Amino acid sequence: MNDPTLIRNFSIIAHIDHGKSTLADRLLEATGAVDKRDMREQLLDTMDIERERGITIKANAVRLEYKAQDGQTYTLNLIDTPGHVDFSYEVSRSLEACEGALLLVDAAQGVEAQTLANAYLAIENGLEIIPVVNKIDLPSADPERVSAELLGIVGGSPDDVIHVSAKSGSGIAALLEAIVNQLPPPEGISDAPLRALVFDSHYDTYRGVVCAVRVVDGHIESGEQVRFMATDLVEVADEIGVLRPNIEPVQRLEAGEVGYLITGIKEIDLIRVGDTVTDATHSATQALPGYLEPKPMVFSGMFPTDGDDFERLREALDKLRLNDSSLVYQPETSRALGFGFRCGFLGLLHMEIVRERLEREYDLDLVTTAPSVEYQAHLTDGSTLQIRSPQDLPGPQVLASISEPYVKVMIITPSEYVGTVMELIQERRGEMGEMTYLTPERVELHYQVPLAEIVFDFFDQLKSRTRGYASMDYEPGEYRQSALVRVDILLNGISVDAFSSIVHKDRSYRYGRAMVERLRKLIPRQLFDIPVQAGVGSRIIARETIKAQRKDVTAKCYGGDITRKRKLLERQKEGKRRMKMVGQVEVPQEAFISALRIDE
Amino acid sequence: MSNQVDNAARERAAYVHIPFCHRRCPYCDFAVVDMAKESSPIERYIDAVIAEIGMEDLWGPLHAVNLGGGTPSVLDAVQIRSVLSALESRFGLVQDAEVSIEANPEDMDKRYTTQLREAGVNRVSIGVQSFDVVILEALGRRHNPDQAVQAVANAQAAGMTTVNLDMIFGTPGESLESWVKSVAVARDLGTEHLSAYALTVELGTELSRAVSDGAAAPDGDDQADKYEILAEAMAPAMVRYEVSNWATPGHECRYNLTTWAQGEYLAFGLGAHGHRDGVRRRNARRLDVYLDQVEQGIRPEIGAEQIDKWAREKERLFLGLRRRVGVIAGEGGEAFLASEIGQRFVTAGVVAKIEDRIVVAKPLLTDAVLREVLALERPQTGA
Repeated sequence: MNDPTLIRNFSIIAHIDHGKSTLADRLLEATGAVDKRDMREQLLDTMDIERERGITIKANAVRLEYKAQDGQTYTLNLIDTPGHVDFSYEVSRSLEACEGALLLVDAAQGVEAQTLANAYLAIENGLEIIPVVNKIDLPSADPERVSAELLGIVGGSPDDVIHVSAKSGSGIAALLEAIVNQLPPPEGISDAPLRALVFDSHYDTYRGVVCAVRVVDGHIESGEQVRFMATDLVEVADEIGVLRPNIEPVQRLEAGEVGYLITGIKEIDLIRVGDTVTDATHSATQALPGYLEPKPMVFSGMFPTDGDDFERLREALDKLRLNDSSLVYQPETSRALGFGFRCGFLGLLHMEIVRERLEREYDLDLVTTAPSVEYQAHLTDGSTLQIRSPQDLPGPQVLASISEPYVKVMIITPSEYVGTVMELIQERRGEMGEMTYLTPERVELHYQVPLAEIVFDFFDQLKSRTRGYASMDYEPGEYRQSALVRVDILLNGISVDAFSSIVHKDRSYRYGRAMVERLRKLIPRQLFDIPVQAGVGSRIIARETIKAQRKDVTAKCYGGDITRKRKLLERQKEGKRRMKMVGQVEVPQEAFISALRIDE
Repeated sequence: MSNQVDNAARERAAYVHIPFCHRRCPYCDFAVVDMAKESSPIERYIDAVIAEIGMEDLWGPLHAVNLGGGTPSVLDAVQIRSVLSALESRFGLVQDAEVSIEANPEDMDKRYTTQLREAGVNRVSIGVQSFDVVILEALGRRHNPDQAVQAVANAQAAGMTTVNLDMIFGTPGESLESWVKSVAVARDLGTEHLSAYALTVELGTELSRAVSDGAAAPDGDDQADKYEILAEAMAPAMVRYEVSNWATPGHECRYNLTTWAQGEYLAFGLGAHGHRDGVRRRNARRLDVYLDQVEQGIRPEIGAEQIDKWAREKERLFLGLRRRVGVIAGEGGEAFLASEIGQRFVTAGVVAKIEDRIVVAKPLLTDAVLREVLALERPQTGA
């Protein structure tokens, strides 16, 4: 039996590129978990797509053995956390499995909003924090300033900040000592009924669903019957074990330990991150707190360019979902785009990752409609509808009001950009909250902003207007009633559902104007004049006309070269095949994508 | 008119390519030898063409002969006569055969024009392009408007049956007024034929490089305006019988009518394209290759194409629809009219069915129609 006082469970909180993966590599090396010759960079980021983007979307728990200066050998469980704002729930579950966290900050960059958000989350969860400044050997490093920022968040004295270079390995020894000396051991009741937290899961082709678990109370034994409390599913614990980082099955995991659990379950959505595993016969009466159903925030239609690919798209989504229970989708029919799916994502990055994987791994050509949030339509009869697609919005006869989701946004920016950030927030209908100076040069700003406004390229705007210096994080807030309308786009008098959008009333004119102008440029001239209109209800708010094509003929068949001319026309026709017919109008694929690109 | 047009399918023609030019025009992507830059063995070339004529299986007699280029008028009258004689002695010419040559205005002095007529040429196509000196310069032409007017007068005086003006409109920088004036000059010259082409940016030309470097490109709407101006101005005197061609009755170009009627024509010379026995053939486009092959007694052909019956039917429409009288609908035309896309063209007034013919009513949109025609699937024949 492992002595819980010799266990330390911790994770690393860091911004993308601040060196989390490299630090993990060094810890693996320093504790002998991996031979230097087997070392490859960013060992713990297993999926290709994560490696390329330099972020981690899958938490992973690794067990390290560390012989400390006090002569004792400690078990260190390094629990990896997802590094993006879209996955804040997953982050919170990973932190829940720890007693401590390393708050890792790049000595040249300083604290970023997302790091701060996660640090607050860790503090709220009662975690002990070790502030760590990384990349101290960079020429542009300013460890003093960054230490000051860190201490502003976690308190303490400058001596508490550990300076490391994950790249060279300097400071790693001191860090390991700090981990065993400063972080508390797990506290659990070892003779209570089993309660283990599922803080991550992934799908393995051979093994089915693999859960990462933290045993809080009691113990779990290989071969015993366990119950997943949220889904009330009873399964046999076929295998339990730990990652060192290679898989090592064990007979039993005790209170305070971290490991993996494999049951016979093959469907990822039957295992929920945040769920509690208990003993099927001696069940705990209460699940661990904090469990939430996965909740998509952003919705978008995905349609195959080639209608024949619909089934392939369905199969691809089914496969992706095996490993991503937060991805939701249901079939959707668009008059303009044919058969596709309305998909729900945790956020924009999540959407991008899914789209990219569908296109790259499944070789699908997709038209993705503008991202939308989930609105609430309050009807005159007192009922409320959830609206995930603008075309589902009921008509004005039955519609009393619309509410939209707000998010709590935190932004950290150099103080010189405070004005710029406020301006952006104002444009996005945001409401100013608290403002705190982390240091005289860096400010932490809090706002309430409609999610729809964040979804629309907010992050890019923030970055470009602050020259990349500002960072942000957000978490779901409340629904608020807003003056929203649906702007429809009509091509040749026919409303094109894929272009409909729900926007604020005060913006509807500008939005409509921008859309019709953009479409006039994107849709090639055709045999007849095509009116392009934007309308709210039956009222037209903007109009452009795509003038009929006047000239589409080349000179004679030169020198009798009939073949060349014929082939030229055939090639041009091939180009036109990628058009979608919308009523009598040919709309290039490109128009759907570009028109929906959300830059104003 | 439609009888004559359809009958052209049964006529036989020959094309001879003369690639030499004093200099290459910036918009031109034909098989051209730029005499200012490249060696130009004209005598050797003429010998090769005559030798190539000798290699062609007997056929004929010819209803039309066309010397195109390049600039055929860089040849002297003796050279032209030798080519024409070679054709005549191998294939024969019908009595009223059309013998046509393309010429640059600066070459068409009184003496040369008379010599051409004596050599057997009865139709000249003069590359006047525009009567605005600024535009001529922009097009890289070597003549001025007065020379063009004089060339036409010389050709008429020499007793040519048909004088054609070759014109270009829609050059960037050409104002509507400039074009209106050019059209007026052209009309007043009283020729029997006029061809007018919208300036096109062809890949690989000096013009296309200039445009991709940011120079103004021809504008489709501007060209449409100019086309309409021309059509209106010419209407009293001439009939537009093809997208880009106008003629007084009886002076339509027989060689071109044969092409558009899917008729057959022999082709000789650099990069020339022929159509015989249902096969389309093309010659080498490199002068050294062409000369070497012919001099070794080998035909200088570098490609041939024979298409299946359905493709041929579509090709018939593709060619014939460029003509004002269109084409007998036939299997392909009926299939097009029955298709959804065909109906859209009919509804939009671009295509019409007139008795048994299918006609493009808006000639400026001809390519839009042809693209769809060429993409037609063969209709399923009933049981």
